Amino acid sequence: MSKRIDVHDLDIYYGKFKAVQGVEMTIEPRSVTALIGPSGCGKSTFLRSLNRMHEVIPGAYCEGEVMVDGVNLYGKNVDPVGVRRKIGMVFQRPNPFPTMSIAENVLAGVKLNNQRIKKSDADELVEKSLRGANLWNEVKDRLDKPGSGLSGGQQQRLCIARTIAVKPDVVLMDEPCSALDPISTLAIEDLIEELKADYTIVIVTHNMQQAARVSDKTGFFNITGIGKPGQLVEYDATEKIFNNPNEKATEDYISGRFG
Amino acid sequence: MRRPGDRIFSGLSTSAGIVILAALALVAIFLIIQAMPALLADPSEVRGGQGLFHYIGPLVFGTLLSAFIALLIATPLSIGIALFISHYAPRRLAAVLGYIIDLLAAVPSIIFGLWGAEVLAKGSVPLQEWLFENLGWIWLFSGEQATATGRSLLIVSTVLAIMILPIMTATNREVFLQTPSLHEEASLALGATRWEMIRQAVLPFGRSGIVSGMMLGLGRALGETMAVAIILSASGARYSWELLTSNSASTIAADIALNFPESSGISTNTLIASGLVLFLITLIVNMIARWIVSRRAEFSGAN
Ligand SMILES: Nc1ncnc2c1ncn2[C@@H]1O[C@H](COP(=O)(O)OP(=O)(O)OP(=O)(O)O)[C@@H](O)[C@H]1O
Ligand SMILES: [Mg+2]
Repeated sequence: MSKRIDVHDLDIYYGKFKAVQGVEMTIEPRSVTALIGPSGCGKSTFLRSLNRMHEVIPGAYCEGEVMVDGVNLYGKNVDPVGVRRKIGMVFQRPNPFPTMSIAENVLAGVKLNNQRIKKSDADELVEKSLRGANLWNEVKDRLDKPGSGLSGGQQQRLCIARTIAVKPDVVLMDEPCSALDPISTLAIEDLIEELKADYTIVIVTHNMQQAARVSDKTGFFNITGIGKPGQLVEYDATEKIFNNPNEKATEDYISGRFG
Repeated sequence: MRRPGDRIFSGLSTSAGIVILAALALVAIFLIIQAMPALLADPSEVRGGQGLFHYIGPLVFGTLLSAFIALLIATPLSIGIALFISHYAPRRLAAVLGYIIDLLAAVPSIIFGLWGAEVLAKGSVPLQEWLFENLGWIWLFSGEQATATGRSLLIVSTVLAIMILPIMTATNREVFLQTPSLHEEASLALGATRWEMIRQAVLPFGRSGIVSGMMLGLGRALGETMAVAIILSASGARYSWELLTSNSASTIAADIALNFPESSGISTNTLIASGLVLFLITLIVNMIARWIVSRRAEFSGAN
């Protein structure tokens, strides 16, 4: 399953501070969208507003619309818990639950939705999710060992397995490779390529090559000054953004990084 | 070369530490010397007339029983209050509540005792009778007759629970607040409700902290004298699970407080011997508590 996301005139606040302003964006199903831009321009903030994780921070709120297949996530009767079950998230720092084994970590989200799950179904789901995250072969002999005993890259793939185990429609990733070595990074990039077949993926990254490699579309966020809100400057096919952007700011940012 | 200020301060703190250790050792030595005669005396001379162990055994039992029941009451309460303060209450209310709980710790135990005996015991007579009539089949609530004054071991345990609530709540609140937001967010992002997030991320992270809070509470409940002595009229040296009757077990601390003024000779030595036992029990409980706390510190450093 995967879904189309329409963001319309979205303003995002931390208390009185407006961190992001006026975002308009349409994200196609079964595509990878990369978000790039300088530090502090609101990429993480925007990403977290897509599954209502933003409002977990005290005082934080949004104004505007995020439509997922025609339903506004910020509509009156929408339960944020339900939204997060449908729109999963992978964080910058790998965060498996330290008190749980590898298998328990994979099942953590499923156990929430459906407390009683047959042992055979559970085993099957663990294997399927870990295979889906390209981790199965590395951990199949130690599923009952703590998840925190894995390497950083393995932990991050475990977190991806945990996220896809609940079969979300959309997977959000906030700099999922920034704590990883180049080989683990490649493993995750390959994984994103595969996940694209089933999920809508939005990924924040500081790595231009990564954005160019994995994404179909790219959004460039920028701020005009300190204390000003971040804005979506340009959003287009990745090819276009990297070769022939419409905006000067985009070109400066990209060429600056590429040297 | 160390500066004079450093040397003076380190000298002061070292000697303060030594004084404390020495005081502790002196107390232990005093207890042992004074308890000796009771250990060596003929069983018939000891209080109760049947030997030291016969006398102290039931008191140890009563002490542990009342402290454990207190722990049973205080643990879920303290976890609930701490969770409310750390994860549910608006920030302002949380601060006020935390302050009130800390204030509870400053109430002298004699006040708790008076309140327990005068207000709680009397007020809860109907409730205790109800428990006796309807839940009498539970061995803790069984017996001949619920006490008419209400001054039962159950009230003792309830008052002890209130007394150990502040330290337990404070410890729990501390660990709950320290839960890495990384893990809380991991849980929320999987679609956990707040309560599910607490069970998935906060409680497992805080488990050893909760246990050390329990041990600290247990240590205090075991040694509490005045509140127990005031409330409990039963001065029985008997093994009894009954919480509601006047035939209940008594505790070491209360027994000493009640009987010391009129005792003399071997009788005094017997009471002191029971004090020595209490000293050892609380020492061990506190050492286990410290050990758990320190083990926890290593854990969080490694993560
Ligand atoms: N919890 C918070 N409370 C208040 N302000 C915040 C909070 N988190 C972020 N901000 C502010 O919101 C703005 C956008 O931050 P955000 O983390 O979204 O940037 P980013 O583009 O993800 O940066 P980076 O590339 O460094 O991760 C910044 O000005 C930041 O200071
Ligand atoms: Mg960020």
